[in-house]
Amino acid sequence: MREFCRVSMRRVAALFRRRHLDEDLDAELRSHVEMAAERNMRGGMSAEDARREALCSFGGVEKTKEFYRDRRGLRMIETTLQDVRFGFRMLRRSPGFSTLVILCLTLGIGANAAVFSWVEGVLFRPYPLVSHQERLLAVTGTSLGDSSPAPLSWPDFLDLQKNCKLTDSFFVSKIMGVTLGIGDRAEVVTGSIVSANYFDALGIRPILGRGFEPGEDSGRNAHPVTVISYQLWKDRFNGDPQVIGETQRLNGVMHTIVGVAPQRFYGTFVGWAMKFWVPVSMEEIFEAGGYKLEDRGARWIEGYVRMKPGVTREQAQEEISAIAKRLEADYPATNRGRGIKLWPLWQTPFNNANTLLPTLGIMLAVVAFVLLIACANIANLLLVRSFARRHEMTVRFALGCGRGRLLRQLLTEGVILATLGAAGGFIVAYWCRHALVLLFPARGGVAMYLPGELDWRVLALSAVVCLIATLLLGLVPAIQARSINLAGALNAETAGVVGGHGKTWVRSGLVLVQVSLSFVLLVGTVLLLQSLQKIRTASPGFSTRAVLNTSVDLISAGYNAGRARNLQNELIDRVRALPGVESAAFARTTPLGYKPYSSTPIAVDGYQPPPGEQPTVDYNEVGPEYFVTMGIPIVSGREFARADDEKSALVAVVNETMAAQFWRGGDPIGKRVQVKGRWMRVIGVAKDAKYESVRELPKPFFYVPLRQNFAIQPGLNIRTSLSARVMAATLTREVHALDANLALYEVITLQEQLDRSTSPQQAAVTLVGVLGGLAVLLAAIGLYGVMSYAVSQSSRELGLRMVLGAGGSDLMRLVMLRGLALTGGGVVLGGAVALGLTRLMGYLLYKVSPHDPLAFGSAFVVMMIASFAACFLPAWRASRTDPARALRG
Amino acid sequence: MPTSKAEVLQGTLDLLLLKTLDSMGPMHGFGIALRIQQVSKDLLQLNQGTLYPALLRLEQRGWIASKWGVSENNRKAKYYSLTRAGRKQLAEEAESWDRMSAMINRVLRTT
Repeated sequence: MREFCRVSMRRVAALFRRRHLDEDLDAELRSHVEMAAERNMRGGMSAEDARREALCSFGGVEKTKEFYRDRRGLRMIETTLQDVRFGFRMLRRSPGFSTLVILCLTLGIGANAAVFSWVEGVLFRPYPLVSHQERLLAVTGTSLGDSSPAPLSWPDFLDLQKNCKLTDSFFVSKIMGVTLGIGDRAEVVTGSIVSANYFDALGIRPILGRGFEPGEDSGRNAHPVTVISYQLWKDRFNGDPQVIGETQRLNGVMHTIVGVAPQRFYGTFVGWAMKFWVPVSMEEIFEAGGYKLEDRGARWIEGYVRMKPGVTREQAQEEISAIAKRLEADYPATNRGRGIKLWPLWQTPFNNANTLLPTLGIMLAVVAFVLLIACANIANLLLVRSFARRHEMTVRFALGCGRGRLLRQLLTEGVILATLGAAGGFIVAYWCRHALVLLFPARGGVAMYLPGELDWRVLALSAVVCLIATLLLGLVPAIQARSINLAGALNAETAGVVGGHGKTWVRSGLVLVQVSLSFVLLVGTVLLLQSLQKIRTASPGFSTRAVLNTSVDLISAGYNAGRARNLQNELIDRVRALPGVESAAFARTTPLGYKPYSSTPIAVDGYQPPPGEQPTVDYNEVGPEYFVTMGIPIVSGREFARADDEKSALVAVVNETMAAQFWRGGDPIGKRVQVKGRWMRVIGVAKDAKYESVRELPKPFFYVPLRQNFAIQPGLNIRTSLSARVMAATLTREVHALDANLALYEVITLQEQLDRSTSPQQAAVTLVGVLGGLAVLLAAIGLYGVMSYAVSQSSRELGLRMVLGAGGSDLMRLVMLRGLALTGGGVVLGGAVALGLTRLMGYLLYKVSPHDPLAFGSAFVVMMIASFAACFLPAWRASRTDPARALRG
Repeated sequence: MPTSKAEVLQGTLDLLLLKTLDSMGPMHGFGIALRIQQVSKDLLQLNQGTLYPALLRLEQRGWIASKWGVSENNRKAKYYSLTRAGRKQLAEEAESWDRMSAMINRVLRTT
């Protein structure tokens, strides 16, 4: 064994001193032959004979050298090095070909690696620094008869934490938009309300100070402490190492900074980077609806579990379901019909993992398509080249190069191309890893945060993709090389025929595949575009163009309810009096925003809910003239007036769906509905609108007067013909006239609000559109390549046709028809594939059939135009064939 | 170990080379070739070129070492000499050769 190692080491060492050793060998052999010759001369031979005799008894100097070299180094490595060097030389000699191939691969592999990195960074391993993310699961509640996940209550959460045996920890993290006081101005940032075990459960150790201590998540407003993010620490506190113990005003309440989170920790809400964390004991400061820690009926928590090693999700779910059953039995009043469900991280329903899942799924399919198209293109290029290199191959073959060696040479060239392409691809992916966020506009002044993760898994997967591509690259010319035969070697290649089949079928087949794949992408793009158009133009049930929305930051300015009420009254009067303003109204929640609506279990006079079901309905607290301002028609009764205030009778306006569901077609006006224990009289019915998402189905919803259900910081809606920018300046002036310390949030149109809410669709359209365009371009290049090659190979036939009386236009038609026939075949194939695949886009489509004829039709037109353009040049060249030259050559 | 004909011959050549270096001291390739030819009384027709890969193999295994020097006729030549490991190897191979030839002799005589 030791001997084997020594020999191997010497052989490897020899690889690096080849030239020196070669010279050594030369000298040694030369001296041998000379000594032999000398001896022969001493024996009486002539100089010439002596030398010949010496060489004879030596027996072949070159052969000895070859034999010697084989034994000296590692033959395989040496020949591989030789192949690589030769490969590079070949690629340098045809720079156009090499560049095109490498570019195709770079795009294909780059797009794949970038999407892989997004999937990894957003769906599978969204929380950098957190170890063993595969053991993390999201946890939500469920309610009977409602498929959508619901939040959990704090007491339920504590019971889970106490009773689960299969999990290491349960922890809570609830995102919130918070007003951060910075000197005299205020800024909206995102933070999280978390359970005290949050940092420990994630395994995150603050770089300064500490995480939260057990017990800090209990006691009403008892622990005004916060851990701030690294970013906030750097930006706001200039990285001050003495920051622990300082205070920070959050939603108007001073919090003591107890820790600074490490640099790459952004919290656990996919899509947003958290700026700070507070324990749940401070919940009342940040959440609407009062103190909820002791209320089992108040569901507001989003949480995660970390399973014990080796536990599966099914086992954990089983245990948790059993606990939920027990809770149902123990607390029927609040928990009847309530379950608890675990989700893998990539399906987390309450953050952007959920929003992006379908988009990223489609992206994966799309980039795979693009890679396939790119590979088909490369294969085509290689085929053309292998024809061009036929002569070279044959000569090498004739000189005694083994078939295997020839194959290895071709594979080596493939590997070089693939390696360069992959390197380029990784650079592209590295540039694009954070590009996903560019497609999502900032909301409410807070930028989204969607990092890609280029970890070893992504690299490994991309490498596998690359390997497959390499095999493809190497195999195509290899198959071609197999058919080399020495006899036919020096014969010129027989001339092709434009209409003929013969050897071009491989290339035509590749183009067919390319065309069909790009057709599928085109159909997908058009479908997405159509749904985006439908979404954008669908009426959300309120005016979007002439209505502006903003808000005034009262909370961080330290306003209490009384002062806030006064300011709201004064401000709304001033705004209404502004020139250009038709009407204005406050509302707690802005439609299609990310701030959730209030929600309540309701009871209705004369309505008996199905057994075991507790109807829960969302509602909004709105000011007088809200419906006029928003342009939501009142179909019967009236809307809220100034008179509907604290002192008058409680009233409500319901929407049409609610009227139909709870009063069964009867007129609800004057009837009563119970909200949070208070009976309200219905005074009007409003038309249905969209509340949380444009895509939602009509659902019951109602409105109550803001004055009877006070909220400290409502949104302000203004109907005006003035632009948002002009209005922002005017409003700032008005607000400052009332109180110079107040900050105004961003002023946007409701259309802008709507557009932001459809950003996942927008992102999907942009991405698929870009890649679809790329695919069509690649396919057109492929088609062009095949057609121009066919034309150049069949100039003899074309010349013959011309001599026999065909005109230039006839030849042009011949070539065009052949190219378009190829496209047609590809479209038919692609159409069949698309019919099967577009159904998978279901979630992203809105009011568009996956088999929409318009989508298929326009994709067909685009494809045809592209192929027309691709075939035109070769066809034109065919029409210009000079018969004399073609037939002679 | 497979004992094809080539293998046996190769082993024999190794033994001859080691023995030659052992009894003659450091020598160059030509000298070794000459010596083997003389000792075998020209019965062994050695293709001198095959000597060099064999010498390389022995060197790679660490049984012999090489050094450039000057020949008796003032010519630059590479001199090979036996290493300590080579001496050990020679003893082993000589012994196994003796055993082998004794065995073959016995077999030939008894049948």
